Amino acid sequence: MSAAEPGLTVALVGNPNTGKSTLFNALTGLRQRVGNYPGVTVARKSGQCDCGDGTKVELIDLPGLYSLSAASPDEQVVIDALSGHLAEDRRPDAVVVVIDATNLLRNLFLASQLSELDIPVVLVLNQADVATEQGLKIDTELLSRRLGGVPVVLSSAWKGEGISAVRRAIGEALRARVRMPAVEWPALVEEALADVATGVATDIGRAPGRADVERLLFDSTTSVGQRLGWASARRDVVIRAARDKVRRAGYNPLAAEPLIHYARLRKLLEGVVQGGGDRTGGSAAVDQVLLHRFLGPVLFLGIMLGFFGSVFWLAKFPMEWIQAGVDWTKTVVAPPLDAYPMLQSLLADGIIGGVGAFLVFLPQILILFLFIGILEDSGYMARAAFIMDRLFSWCGLNGKSFVPLLSGFACAIPSLLSTRTIEDPKARLATAFVVPFMSCSARFPVYALMCAAFIAPGWQPVVMIGMHCVGLLFAVPTAFVLTRLVLKVKPQPFVLELPRYQMPKPRDVLWRMWQNAAEFVSKAGTVIFAITIIVWALSYFPRDAAVAERVKAANPSVAEAVVTAKIQAAYVEQSYMGRFGKAIQPAFDPLGFDWKITVGVLASFPAREVIVSTLGVTYSVGEGAKADSQHLRQAMKDAKWQEGPRVGKPIFSLAAVLSLMVFFALCSQCGPTIATLAQETGGWKWAAASFVYMTALAWIVSALLYQTVIRLS
Amino acid sequence: MTPLSQLLPGQYGKLTSLNPERSVDQRLMALGLLPGMVLKLVRTAPLGDPLAIEFAGQVVSLRLTEAQNIIIDVAADCPIQRPRPQA
Repeated sequence: MSAAEPGLTVALVGNPNTGKSTLFNALTGLRQRVGNYPGVTVARKSGQCDCGDGTKVELIDLPGLYSLSAASPDEQVVIDALSGHLAEDRRPDAVVVVIDATNLLRNLFLASQLSELDIPVVLVLNQADVATEQGLKIDTELLSRRLGGVPVVLSSAWKGEGISAVRRAIGEALRARVRMPAVEWPALVEEALADVATGVATDIGRAPGRADVERLLFDSTTSVGQRLGWASARRDVVIRAARDKVRRAGYNPLAAEPLIHYARLRKLLEGVVQGGGDRTGGSAAVDQVLLHRFLGPVLFLGIMLGFFGSVFWLAKFPMEWIQAGVDWTKTVVAPPLDAYPMLQSLLADGIIGGVGAFLVFLPQILILFLFIGILEDSGYMARAAFIMDRLFSWCGLNGKSFVPLLSGFACAIPSLLSTRTIEDPKARLATAFVVPFMSCSARFPVYALMCAAFIAPGWQPVVMIGMHCVGLLFAVPTAFVLTRLVLKVKPQPFVLELPRYQMPKPRDVLWRMWQNAAEFVSKAGTVIFAITIIVWALSYFPRDAAVAERVKAANPSVAEAVVTAKIQAAYVEQSYMGRFGKAIQPAFDPLGFDWKITVGVLASFPAREVIVSTLGVTYSVGEGAKADSQHLRQAMKDAKWQEGPRVGKPIFSLAAVLSLMVFFALCSQCGPTIATLAQETGGWKWAAASFVYMTALAWIVSALLYQTVIRLS
Repeated sequence: MTPLSQLLPGQYGKLTSLNPERSVDQRLMALGLLPGMVLKLVRTAPLGDPLAIEFAGQVVSLRLTEAQNIIIDVAADCPIQRPRPQA
C-alpha cells in the first residue's frame, strides 16, 4: 500500500520486550511489507490487518521505545511517524499501544506521552497470561473509564489469545475516535508550553503540534526544532525563559515530564491492578546461573561457540549444495551454446555465477538469524551484552557488538546484517565498520594456498592463527579512533533492560530469518550480481580470435589441455582486467606483487577466494584451481620475475607471501561486503570510507612488511 | 548516602537524587526510576562492570561510570551492610 492509495493506517507502538512484534505478526498474518524509512536505517514494517468486521487497515509496526524523548534514529522515526512528518506516510488514524500487562506503570508512561498527540488510542495489555500467572488482576474496565473510554483489551499474542478482541478494538477506535485525556500540567508548566508554542509560531509562521512543543521544552537534545525549521537566534532565548518558568513551578525542566506523568499514572492505576508479588522471581533464578560470576562466562562461551560453530559448519553443507547447483546449471546451459562462446561465458560465468555469488550467502544469513532470533526473543541476548560489555565499552563499542564481530569470522555479510541488534547508532556504525576486519572464511583458502606452498609445515599453524589475529589487531584501534575522534555524536548510555526470559515463538523467529534474507537478496543481492557481471566482462573482453591462433602456432607439439590453459592465460593477460592490472602493477610493486597477483587481487572483488582460481588461470594450470592444487603450487614456486631489478628471483619469496596474506587480511577486497555495508549504513558514504581506509591500511602494512622482510632475508 | 556504583550486590535503598542533565538519568527516569523510589543492586557483571539494578519490578543494566552520580540512601534494614572502615 502506498501513500497515494487512500486507506486507514494504524500505528503499533510500545516498549521493547512487550511482545509487540508477535502481536503484529498475529494481527497481519504475515501479509507484510518490509522497507526502510528514507535516509535512516530503520526498518519500516507494515501489513494488512482486518478489524474483525471486514474493514482493512494498514498496520505499521514502529520501533520499540520507552519514551518519546528521542535519542536514537529509531526513536526519532516513531515521533516523526506519529506526528505525520515522514515523507512517505500520512499521520496514522489511530495508535495501538502495546503494553506489558505485568508492568503497567512503566508501559503507560509512553501511552501518557502519546495522549498529547491527539490521536485515537487503543491500549493492548499484552502478555496477560504471564500477568495472571503472577497473580495480577487487572480491571480493564476501570482503566478504560479513567482514560476517558479508550478501548483497553487484554491479549496474549504468544498464545494467540485475545487477537480478535484487539481487532475489534482497533475498529472501534477508528469509529468512535476516542482520545486518551492529556495530562494536566501545573499552571506554570502549561504557561511555559504556551510560550514555546507562541515562539515557534511567531518565527516559522504556523502553529506547531502540542507534542513537538513538549519535545522542545523538555528534551535537552531534540531534532524537532530542526524539522520545524525553527533555528532563529530567538529560539534559545524562548526555551531558556520557558524552562525558567518550569523551574518556578518547582521542577527541573529535564525531569518535569516523567515526574508529572508518573504522578498522574500512579493515581490512575489505584485499584486497577490487584495482587501480584514477586515479579522478577523466575528470571532471577535463571540469572543466578546464567549470570553467575564463573558459571556465567563459561556457559556464555559454550553458547557462543555452539552458535558460531553452527554458522560456520552447518552452513557449509547448503553452501556446497548451492555451489554444486550452480556448477550443474552451468554444465546444462553451456554445451548447447558451444557455437557462441561469448554468450556461453556470459551465461555461465557472468549470470549464473552472479546469481550463485549472492545465493551462497543465504545459508549463513538464515542460520545466523535463526540464532539471533532465539537469543533475542528468549531474553538471553541482553544477558550476553551484559556479560561482554566490559570488553567492548573502552573502545566505544558495547556488549551487543560481540555477536556481529564473532560471526564476522564466518562471513562479513550476515554479520553486517546482525549489527541491527545494536540500538546505539554510533556503536552500530563502528561495529559495522570493523566487522570486515574479522578474518572471514573466504580468506581461508588464500591463507591455505600460501601456507601449503611456501610456509614450512611446523610454522603453518602459527601463521594461520596469526593471520586470523591480524585483522583484530587493527580493528580495535580503528573502533577506538572512530568512536572517539571521528563520530562526534554523543555516546548513548548503555541502559539495557534485562527482560523476563521467555520461550521464543517459532513463527516469529522463522519470519525474521525470512525477512532478513529477502531484504539481502533484493538490495545487496542485486549489487553483488552487478559486480560479478562487470568483473566477468572486464576479464573476458576484448576477445580477439588471433590471440588463440598465436598461442596455438607457438605451441605446435604440446598437449591440447596445456594449450587450452595457455590460451586462457593469454586471454586474461590481454583482457581489460589484465591490462588494467599490468598498468597499476607499479602501485603494488612495493608490496612484491607482480602483474599476475595484481590481476588476481583485482579480479577477486566479487569474492576473495576467487584469487585462487585467477592465479590458476594466469599461471596456465587451467580453470577451477583449488587451494590444494599441486600444479598451482608448483607453478607459483617456479614463478620468477621476468624483468626489473629482481629479474630471475622467485616472485613468491617469504616476504611476498607474507605481504600477500596480510594484504588479504586487511584489504576491503570484497564487493558483497561493500554492498551490504552500504545497505546497512543507509548510503554509500561509509561503504566508500571503508573501502578507501581498508585498502590504504592494507597497502601500507603490506608494503612495510615486504620491505622489512626482504631486507632481513 | 552512597553512590549506586559503590553498592554491594543485594544492597537496596531509596534513590535520593539523580542528575537530569545526564542522558543516563533521563533514560532511567523514563523507565520510572524517580527520587524516593527503592532500588536494589542485583549483581555486577562477571567482569565487574556493568551493574544490574532492580526497581519497580524490572531489571536494568547500566555501566559503573553511569552509576556514579546516582545517590542511594541504603536502607537501615538492609541485611548486607558495608563493613565500617577501621578507626
